[in-house]
Amino acid sequence: MVMRNPPAAVPAGPGLPAKSKPQAERTYLLQRKLSRGLVYAACIVLSVVFVAPFLWSILSSLKGPSEIYVFPPSWLPKDPRWNTYIEVWRQVPFGRFYWNTIFITVFSTFGAVLSSTLIAYGFARFEFPGRNALFMVVIATLILPQQVTLIPRYLIFRQLKWLDSYLPLIVPNYFAGNAFFIFMLRQFFMGIPRALDEAAEIDGASPLRILFPALKPAVASIAIFSFLFNWNDFIRPLIYLNTTEKYTLALGLRHFQQQPEVGGDPPEPYLMAASLMVALPPILLFFVAQRFFVRGVVLSGIKG
Amino acid sequence: MTTASVEVGRTRKGLLLANASRRQRRAIYGYLFISPWIIGFITLVAGPMIASLYLSFTKYNLLRPPVWVGLQNYRVMFDGTDALFVGTVKRTIIFAVVSVVLSLAGSLACALLLNTRVNGTNLFRTAFFIPSLTPVVAAAILWRWILQPKYGPMNGLLNLVGIPGPAWLQSTQWAIPSIILIRFWRTVGGTTMIVFLAGLQAIPEEMYDAAHVDGASAWQRLRNVTLPLLTPTIFYNLIVGTIGALQVFALAYIASGGSVGTEGGPAYATWFYILHLYNSAFSYLQMGYASALAWVFFIAVLTLTLIQFAGSRHWVYYEAA
Repeated sequence: MVMRNPPAAVPAGPGLPAKSKPQAERTYLLQRKLSRGLVYAACIVLSVVFVAPFLWSILSSLKGPSEIYVFPPSWLPKDPRWNTYIEVWRQVPFGRFYWNTIFITVFSTFGAVLSSTLIAYGFARFEFPGRNALFMVVIATLILPQQVTLIPRYLIFRQLKWLDSYLPLIVPNYFAGNAFFIFMLRQFFMGIPRALDEAAEIDGASPLRILFPALKPAVASIAIFSFLFNWNDFIRPLIYLNTTEKYTLALGLRHFQQQPEVGGDPPEPYLMAASLMVALPPILLFFVAQRFFVRGVVLSGIKG
Repeated sequence: MTTASVEVGRTRKGLLLANASRRQRRAIYGYLFISPWIIGFITLVAGPMIASLYLSFTKYNLLRPPVWVGLQNYRVMFDGTDALFVGTVKRTIIFAVVSVVLSLAGSLACALLLNTRVNGTNLFRTAFFIPSLTPVVAAAILWRWILQPKYGPMNGLLNLVGIPGPAWLQSTQWAIPSIILIRFWRTVGGTTMIVFLAGLQAIPEEMYDAAHVDGASAWQRLRNVTLPLLTPTIFYNLIVGTIGALQVFALAYIASGGSVGTEGGPAYATWFYILHLYNSAFSYLQMGYASALAWVFFIAVLTLTLIQFAGSRHWVYYEAA
């Protein structure tokens, strides 16, 4: 309604200013201002809705035992207990969980980037019998739900005596567990002129070394996706890891959630503090690398 | 790299030979480069799928070798022996349908808002996007506390306006809507929205100019220009969103399960398909039955995707892409 055009502009046609321009222009500008205001209002309201749960959890994490179970809920903690953020590390081996998660994430991401770059390069730059058919298979695995192979993979890793180790979480990445990464990088290679690798070959350099700088943004996107996937993954660590010391942050949080109390205190403030600390690294990463992020998502959607 | 073929390259025949051997060598390199994928595909995808097809016809509890039982596992699902199966399927379908429709509509609305390019769009986009970065487990724990019936702020706010709030995750009626709500918050401003934004930005400006000149209202422009040109993007998000929603697991596992053994909510209210599969395999050690569940799931997802592709011919416009 608000964004409707000034009627006077209709008969005017392109490039022909109408006689009643000043008046029409004024209503038009007013409407534009109004619609802008509405857009702003909607954006602000939505932003608040999206961010509010974090604010509530920050507030909750600072509340003491006497303030947490209050009806109706109190909003601001009267006496903020910053100590919760220190105490939580002592109550739960969070340092350990952080280290485990970082370890798994780093080695998985390295494997995913390495293998999908090589594979995508093979598909994009070499001709061999069955190439297109094989690439179709790569695409087909895109829609394959991971749960279908969950049980047999578990049985394989059990046979290999890899259970309760990080190997089932890390090793598959070196064999291109992710068809989406291969697809994305292949698109990228196809966009780089072949003359570049030929020039490299003539100079006796490895084409992959020459191409790598051009690939950096795509590789960065993949690294970010892989990081997020491994950082947030729940079902695979749940199945493969049994010993508490080996838990990832996601599993550790779950483990922590099942405690009825923390050192005699209600667990909620600690749980909120812990959840926020687990969510922080992905959010920070996003702020640092937003550019690659958006480009990666866009690239994945374009060919859909 | 090229030394072997240089010596034969004197005569015409030699040249051809060198060319052929060069091509052959390139093919071998190609296979070498993709070999990690070939190994991975055989050992981690195709092999396991065949193995799980075999297992789905057996009884296997990890302790004794698998015993062939024919179609029994599949029969058990549909003849009521597994009393949970039918309810699980229904629940998962309801959840997926509502969740996908809401998230497509919500993400599109957010993308349209951000596409107006008012000042500060980047800031708003970041605010919309942050929930999708939150690990599922953390999000589930945050929301359990928000939806806490007595001390949570959700019912606190509802109370302020005089509405007695439900018990959310602890109520059999409200458990699924609660999970839908959490998932909506977490995913609506995420990748789906970013893909929509990219789709919107790919629509040529001239299209809008033309509509403008013809006197189309904002609604008409949305209905007759934006939406038709956006159908490939909507279709992509529909496929990806459906597959994702059907796989809901961690949210139901954590948000509705307070202590050990209560995963799946009150009276199985959020006992979704993958939760059923997971419990069959890893709580009850029915590997054969869980494999059958996995295959039924796979075939259902595949069929659904194929139907969506077939249906897409009637509503997706590809000329503009």
